[in-house]
Amino acid sequence: MAKLSLPCDEAQIRGLKVGDFLELSGRMITGRDAAHHWLLHGFREEVASFLKDSVIYHVGPVVKKHEDGHYTFVAAGPTTSAREEPFQADVIGKYGLRGVIGKGGMGPKTLKGLQEHGAVYLHAVGGTAQVLAQAVVKVEQVFQLKEFGVPEALWVIQVKDFPVVVTMDSHGSSLHAEVEKASKAKLEQMLGLSA
Amino acid sequence: MLTREQWTEKFVDVIAHASSQLPPDVLAALKRGRDAEEPGSLAAKALDSILTNVEMAKGNWQPICQDTGTPLVWIHHPVGMSTRMLTGAFEEAVRQATGRQMLRPNAVDTLTDKNTGHGQGPGIPTVHCEEWDEPDVEVRIVLKGGGCENCGAQYSLPSIKLKADRDLDGVRRCILDAVAQAQGKGCAPGIIGACFGGDRGSGYVESKRQLLRRLDDRNPIPEIDAMEQQLLEQGNQLGIGPMGFGGKTTILGVKIGNLARLPASYFVSVSYMCWANRRAGARISEKGAVQWLN
Repeated sequence: MAKLSLPCDEAQIRGLKVGDFLELSGRMITGRDAAHHWLLHGFREEVASFLKDSVIYHVGPVVKKHEDGHYTFVAAGPTTSAREEPFQADVIGKYGLRGVIGKGGMGPKTLKGLQEHGAVYLHAVGGTAQVLAQAVVKVEQVFQLKEFGVPEALWVIQVKDFPVVVTMDSHGSSLHAEVEKASKAKLEQMLGLSA
Repeated sequence: MLTREQWTEKFVDVIAHASSQLPPDVLAALKRGRDAEEPGSLAAKALDSILTNVEMAKGNWQPICQDTGTPLVWIHHPVGMSTRMLTGAFEEAVRQATGRQMLRPNAVDTLTDKNTGHGQGPGIPTVHCEEWDEPDVEVRIVLKGGGCENCGAQYSLPSIKLKADRDLDGVRRCILDAVAQAQGKGCAPGIIGACFGGDRGSGYVESKRQLLRRLDDRNPIPEIDAMEQQLLEQGNQLGIGPMGFGGKTTILGVKIGNLARLPASYFVSVSYMCWANRRAGARISEKGAVQWLN
């Protein structure tokens, strides 16, 4: 399986295509619904360096706070990315993200953003919270914890060999769009709905 | 008789079971799915990862999925037992299980938009209590995550778009459409709980209650049983596959209930449950002896 270190550069990302398996190592940041709203209202200097040339992971983890104050991820699989569809392309462009990790794929606006800015959509297997929490080797710091709560906060994490598959690339291909088109054609055929 | 605190302890155990121990029938269905997929395909790799994850969660008693969902709870209790006490004890169990990271703090106040921090809030968990003639208490729960909950759908028949009339064929058309609309977003391969009839509220509740059934059980009503089997086959012909990667394993089971309806209404309510069908049940005697149910 190919390895990718984070942060990375545009050339590495442009070399990826739909169907590629990757293991990610390095630093990334988490963020979901509240985080995407927050990132688009003004420029969030405090987290910008963690987003630049790295990836944002759509996850709402279960987190344990230890007695000495440090955190570990207890369970951390991807959440549904489609909810960030209105915001994702803008967040990618504004902060120079190279990728998004999530599940379920995203729509045409994001796909266009990936092409324009040189970024990819990386699919982690939904529900595999233990496998993926094990790949999170360190929780470095957290932003907006008090305001957003544990699932919605932005956690800066170090990962090692974090497994993903490219399902939307920077050349306009989307596995999700292909599967949706084929399966809906099949549904129409099965229900006799075809025009 | 157990005290309220003792009931809370029992319920915490049931939550811990549901969160970390995937029922054997669901595991078996996932393995069959993996074996049916092309070796080396995205679908097979996704199912391999899922199977590894199930074993890790089981061995470590850790949450299978970080979205530990809404606890959906059905309690049968003997005559004269306080449903307020049972509901309160279960709510406390949710708070305690959240404190022990068996559940994620999963309740957000919708006025302030603040997470309550302890996993509980108005409507979470949902506890349905029903009296029965047995001396024991039986509790059955499902932990249902938000990603799959968002894939639920309700249809009002007739539907011109789906060529669906107010009959079993119309019901079948709605359920198949719901599977196609969900794609991989509800963490396929999913389990479909459905109900035809009822009102908009009761129909959804019954569709969720269907998720308590074992995947390998059979519906005692022959017409509905036939529809369940047919939909399982047809759903898997859609080719959506695990996670929506494409493949043969799109759904693991279809469970359908029915309620009476008003003459004017004909609803089909569909609840999509992710592959992590975190179902647990226990029968608890007056003295606190626990018998685990599958």
